[in-house]
Amino acid sequence: MKQSGVKVFLNGIFKENPVLVLFLGMCPTLATTSTALTGMSMGLATLFVLFASNVVISILKNLIPERITMTAYVMIISTFVTVAEMLIHAYYPAMYVSLGIFLPLIVVNCLILGRVQVFASKNSVFYSALDGLGMGLGFTFALTVLGTLRELLGTGKAFGNTVFPEHYGALIFVLAPGAFITLGYLIAVVNSAKLRKTEDIEDNID
Amino acid sequence: MKKVKSSILNIVLVLAGISAFAGVTLASVYTLTKDTIKDSQTSKIEEAVRAVLPPYDHVSLKPIELKNGVETTNVYKAYDKNNAMVGAAVESTSNNGYRGTIDIIVGFNTKGVIMNYAVIEQNETPGLGAQMESWFKTNIAHQDIQGKNAGTSNLNVSKDGGEIDGITGATISSRAFLFAVRNAYFAFTSNLDVQDQGTKVKVDSTQQKSSHL
Repeated sequence: MKQSGVKVFLNGIFKENPVLVLFLGMCPTLATTSTALTGMSMGLATLFVLFASNVVISILKNLIPERITMTAYVMIISTFVTVAEMLIHAYYPAMYVSLGIFLPLIVVNCLILGRVQVFASKNSVFYSALDGLGMGLGFTFALTVLGTLRELLGTGKAFGNTVFPEHYGALIFVLAPGAFITLGYLIAVVNSAKLRKTEDIEDNID
Repeated sequence: MKKVKSSILNIVLVLAGISAFAGVTLASVYTLTKDTIKDSQTSKIEEAVRAVLPPYDHVSLKPIELKNGVETTNVYKAYDKNNAMVGAAVESTSNNGYRGTIDIIVGFNTKGVIMNYAVIEQNETPGLGAQMESWFKTNIAHQDIQGKNAGTSNLNVSKDGGEIDGITGATISSRAFLFAVRNAYFAFTSNLDVQDQGTKVKVDSTQQKSSHL
């Protein structure tokens, strides 16, 4: 299979979007998207960890013996998660507080371990870096959209700017059930778009 | 390049190598961020102390600590020009919240009247318990704790026979918050006579105004 850099990069953003198509990393997706800003920050933190671990692991892939791949991967990933945690704590303390426990929990995000195992352990550094960037951006994109929708429907704000008065908002969208409802509709929209595309292709063949 | 074999020696060497890499990376980032993290934490408390106190001339930013079981309270005393105490800011925590610790700072004048409060840390539900940041200073009867004398008022939620209306749908958070307020008052009264040893920081009125924003 021949790969092109652009394809690998775009793959994570649209065709195999980790949240909306692959359903990976649902825990932070549902938990940290109560506002657009926290959703985006979570996405960017994950992007950093995914990119860095993908690069390091693709460099080391032949040096790591078969039997300890998991141990080695988790050690590398958790190193970068701790780095991200300390950096956010130092330079963005308000976000450190609102992301709370979900920041250290990036370690167990199956998106990262999944990409590292499926992609970075088999591909060159260049493609792994692009895959990390693409998947990370796709994750960030989905979380930002979800966060913006929930914040808007729940409190009438987008990134903290008032769009309509707060008492018109439905509080449920900021709480946990709202995360499931909004994510469900988002996935429905993506699926219907995908379905229409395949139907178009079938029509053309006919 | 061929994949390295899973012999004991290789496993030990590779794991040692990765650990060394992790250690060096973490140590360097830790050294880089250590001071900034500490600064941002102390400045947040300093800001809150300044915001909740009655008008003052200088304040001691080295608190008097009071341990009461699991809860800790820190008392920051404030003085006027003649070195007479005008009030104190008390940092008080409660572990009875809906989700984790609630950490607040309450300002009292010498008579024990609550001047203002600030929330340092809380993890309550957004939209419900998290409203505590403004709820108890909203100017509605039975909701505002500002101007109430903590010694004579019954600072409990009305459900428990007190005179404060808790946050709608967040009684647990409201109870925990008022518990912290009562605890703060207790720490305040039991420290009235304690001599302040800390360094005193002078603050002019312009700085005080800006800290209220």
